[in-house]
This record gives sequence, C-alpha cells and structure tokens, in this order.
Amino acid sequence: MGRLATAIGSRLVIAVPYLWLLIFFLVPFIIVFKISLSTTAIAMPPYTPTFGLEGGISGLVEGLKELSADNYTWLLDDPLYINAYISSLVIAAVSTLITLLVGYPIAYGMARAPTALRPVLVMLVILPFWTSFLIRVYAWIGILKPEGLLNQFLLFTGIIDSPLVILNTTTAIYIGIVYSYLPFMVLPLYATLEKMDYSLIEAAQDLGCPPLTAFWKITFPLSLPGITAGCMLVFIPAVGEFVIPDLLGGSQTLMIGKTLWNEFFSNRDWPVSSAVAIILLLILVVPIMFFQRAQANAREKGL
Amino acid sequence: MKSLGSIRRSFAPWNDPAAKPYISFRGVTKRFGDFVAVDDLSLDIYEREFFALLGASGCGKTTLLRMLAGFEEPSSGQILLDGQDLCGIPPHKRPVNMMFQSYALFPHMTVEANIAFGLKQDGMPKPDIEKRVGEMLRLVKLEQFAKRKPHQLSGGQRQRVALARSIAKRPKVLLLDEPLGALDKKLREETQFELTDLQYELGMTFVIVTHDQEEAMTMADRIAIMDKGKVLQVATPAEIYEAPNSRYVADFVGSVNMFEGKVAERSAGSMRIADAGGALTIKADNTADVANGDTVWFAIRPEKLRVSSKRPADVPNAVEGEIWDIGYVGDMTIYHVKLDDGRIVKASTVNSQRVVEDPLTWHDRAWISFAADAGVVLIR
Repeated sequence: MGRLATAIGSRLVIAVPYLWLLIFFLVPFIIVFKISLSTTAIAMPPYTPTFGLEGGISGLVEGLKELSADNYTWLLDDPLYINAYISSLVIAAVSTLITLLVGYPIAYGMARAPTALRPVLVMLVILPFWTSFLIRVYAWIGILKPEGLLNQFLLFTGIIDSPLVILNTTTAIYIGIVYSYLPFMVLPLYATLEKMDYSLIEAAQDLGCPPLTAFWKITFPLSLPGITAGCMLVFIPAVGEFVIPDLLGGSQTLMIGKTLWNEFFSNRDWPVSSAVAIILLLILVVPIMFFQRAQANAREKGL
Repeated sequence: MKSLGSIRRSFAPWNDPAAKPYISFRGVTKRFGDFVAVDDLSLDIYEREFFALLGASGCGKTTLLRMLAGFEEPSSGQILLDGQDLCGIPPHKRPVNMMFQSYALFPHMTVEANIAFGLKQDGMPKPDIEKRVGEMLRLVKLEQFAKRKPHQLSGGQRQRVALARSIAKRPKVLLLDEPLGALDKKLREETQFELTDLQYELGMTFVIVTHDQEEAMTMADRIAIMDKGKVLQVATPAEIYEAPNSRYVADFVGSVNMFEGKVAERSAGSMRIADAGGALTIKADNTADVANGDTVWFAIRPEKLRVSSKRPADVPNAVEGEIWDIGYVGDMTIYHVKLDDGRIVKASTVNSQRVVEDPLTWHDRAWISFAADAGVVLIR
C-alpha cells in the first residue's frame, strides 16, 4: 500500500513539469498555430474561423476545412518578411559574436580572481537585472543620441568635431543587445572557466606551451560548453528581440520581432503575425537542438 | 656513520667531494605574503639521483618543487640546474617535467594525444612522435588504451598516463608531486617499485614530494626531511631511520621511544644518561658533543628493544614494567610496556617462528632491554 502511494507520488512529481509545459507551452502553441491557418477578418477576435465546442463535432470539422496555409505562402511571397528574418539572424549572430568577444575576457578575469572576490564579481554582473530592462534600454537613448552623454564627452575631449550618429542605426542595436545580454554570456562562461582545474594550464606550460598556446589548446576547448551555452542564451532571444530595435534602431531597421509587433498591433492581422511567430519558432528550434546536443556531448565527456 | 657502512649503497655521489651537484638550491626563500613557505634553504641534488622531499603538509616541500618547475619564483636565493640559474626562466622553457598530484590529464584529449602533447609542442616530426608515444604506452603497459579519453580510465591507469606524459620528452629532471597519493595501498606498493625501476632504466633525476614516509623510504636514494620551510636532515633512508639528527626526524620517520635525560658520565665513545623519569641510567655508545649535565634525548626504535619475562644477563640497559597492551600484526607483535613511572614504551618483536615459546600476556611483569648502540643520542 505504502509502496503504491510512493509510486503514485513519484509519478506526480514527474508529471508536474510535463503539465507545466503542456499548459504553458503546447496549448498556446497550438492556439497560435491554429490562428496562423485562419484568415483575417474585421471581427472580435479578428480572424475566422473561430470554432468552439458549441458547434458540435460537425462544427469542428467545418472549421477545420476552412483552415489554409495561405498566410505562409504570403510570407514567402513578400520579401519584407524574408528580409526581416535574415536581418534578424544576422544582427543576432553579429551581436552574439561581439558579446562573446567582450564576455570571455570578463568571465576569464572573474574565474582567475581571488576566491574571496568572486562572489562580489558575480554580483556585479547580475546587478543590472535589478533595474528594469526597459529603463536600461531607454537610458541608452540618453547616452547615444546626437546631443547625448557619449557625444558630449567625445566633443569635450576633442576626439570628434561633430556629433556621431549612433542612435537609430544598427550600431545602436548592437550596443543595446551586447549590453543587455552580456550577463547571459558571462555567467555560463564563468561557470565553466571557474571549475576548470588550473593545474591543466600548468601541465601544458610544463610540457612546453607558452601561456597563449596553452590558452588555445587547453582553456579554449575546455570552455566550449560554456561558449555554446552563452551563445545560445544570447542568440535565441536576440533573434526575436523587439524592445531594443524599436527603441534604439529607429524606424528603418528591419527585425522580425518588430515586424511581428507591427502585424499584430498596427495591422491587426493576427493570422499573419501568428505565421511569422511560428516560422520564427521553427528557425530557432534548429539552434536549440544544436545547443541541446552540445550539452549532452559535454555531459558524456564528463566536462 | 661507521656502523651504517654495510648498508651504504654503491651509488653515492653525495659522499664524493669531487662530484658536482646537478640541482642546487642556494639560500632559497619563498614568501606568500607574511607566510614563509621556504626559509633560506640550501640543498644539493645529484644527477640520476632519486631524491625525496618528505614532510607534513604545509612544510614547504611542494613549494620547493613548484619553484623547480617554474610555477613559483623564489623571493630570494638561487636555483641552479646543471650550473644554469633557473630564476626568471618560464616553466615552458625549463628542461624539467612534472607529474602532477591531480595528474592534470587533458580531459578533451585521448591518452595518445596527452602523451604526444609535449612532443608536438617541441615540433618533433610526426613519425618520431608516433614512435615515442608507442614506446611510452608500452612502458606503462597501456597500449590498448591509446584511443581512450582520461575519464574512461581507472585511477591507476590515469596515473600511468600522467607518468608517460611527463617522461615522454625525456626531461633531465622529473618532478613528482605526491605521485601515488590517489592510489590504493596495494597498487601504491606495486607502483613504488615500478617507479624505481623506471628511474634506473631512464637514467633521469627524480625529485619526488611525498608525505608518506614509507613511499620515500622505499624509493629514494636520499630523503630530505622538511619542517616549517627548512630542511632538517638530508640522508639515505637507512641513515634517516637509524641515525636521525633531531627529535623531529626521529619522531616523523617510523616509530620511536624517546628517553629524556641528563648526561651523567662521559668516556671515550660512550656515555651514561640519567633518565629524567629516574627509571634507569642508560649506557649509550655515542660521540655526540655534549658535556656532563646537558639535557639529551635517547631515541630508540621499538624493534631494537627486547621484551622478556626475566632480566637478561649481560645487557647494559634494562628496565622493568608491566605489559600494558599487545598488538599482534601477524609478521610482528607490538608490546606496549608501562614503566613504573607511568611512561609507555613500545617494543616490537618479529614473529620469525610460528610457535612462540615465552608468551607474555596482559599485565605480566616484563623486562625491556637494549644494547648500548641500539639507539641514538639526540641533542635537539
């Protein structure tokens, strides 16, 4: 009896995360997918068909027949969407690379800092999260605008003669993404670098490696799991990023998150914006699967 | 030491005044902040020597080794290798290799790649690398594990990969930091002999750091006993054991009984020591430079003591007590004899015969006796 109760108990424990995923991921996904197959309408909600159980089984079947993949062909026909996807991927990839280049030395420095100092450094990396993301991005407008802090400083020091145009350019988006997502790169990198046995570097040096070679042959390959984790954590949200391109990138920047927002709120075209979201999800599934495989590999290697 | 002549080995460059030391520490001090890890230490190690640095943890032995490898620079003093001052030379340019306590095998490389690492770094041609790696694998008997990654190996196998990697470059000096620390007792004993054989075959100078006195005794030609950053004694294992120069060394290596007393009477080559507990007056053969009334310690190993139920005739030293404890270990029996003043004396007897004639048992009165040259007189 007790054993049965334990068995049920352990099943329940496992069931909780599955239920969570079912309710908060799968169900919304199905709803969005269904909307993406509908047609837009001036109604509330603004698409047809809207079917429920009140029509009975036949009503449901009728509704299903009305669904079509027109929205997807529409996306493929209009270069706006394809360009938005490509530009999002490029912007995300470039900013991920910059974040890695900035984040790696920071994480390395943290991991090599005196043990007593490390928690403070981790705290400092997390500290920006205490301020709202939106406010932090707004703050960058104040820094980057033509009469902003950065230009004032550069003009004051005489490095430039006329203000730089940074705000409302892709550069501003890169700055915003790199700044906002830096902790997501630094923390996983720090975690891998910190647990790395320093005697490995000493062993490499002992066997004749100059310090820089030792870094490339030992530290870098051993930190690959951290690099993958950090890059995925930056790249995936950066592709669909909306706030940063909207606030810093100005009107001419094309990013899929912004396109989606426009479709949804300006055009009130729920079916098309749902299709945009579904395609975005499919595009991101690829790197996510890559990420998961890398993680599994790392576990297998016992790293 | 005259009495130790019979166990002196044929390899003894340290006794040859013409021999030049291979590695020389000259007045080396290493400070970490306020902590003095190595304190004005001077030490000579000779070519092809198997040299052990022995001491409790924190005595500075590992720091000394790391200074030799180049991971630490001395705060002051000189380290010479084959006449060349090593100070300022980075680890990757030193002709020494180190076997790490943690083995420090590269987890992302196969056994083969680990061993080949240093050779590749030196730009050795590929066929030569393959040949050398093959040799090393045969030497440590890991041929069939060449393609494995370190995490797929047992502790003993990993230890051998680490060894193979550190000797693959044929360094002039191999440094071993607690090389057997992570192995179980049986494997450790086997590996001890393998290491000495290997050292002899390769003709390298080995410097080993260990806290395990048995390990040092078994393997090393000479041992340096260290404490608080200083070397207390450098000598062969037999000398360290039979002729320790201080109470610390006598106590650190093996088991010892220590009788504190005052020199009562001196004659050529021998003296009488009035035991501080008043239980006996020890007659000891010794040439120690002491005067009457000086405080000295007479140190004697348990196996040098004889336990018997009656006072043996013709022994210079004997004291009576009560058998307090008996430990039967198999190959020998350890007696704890409580003297009448409460002190416990340890004595051990080798069980060379299966049937013991004179079985002493708990709370029997017993006599402990020893010869005049069975122990040493220590003045510090």
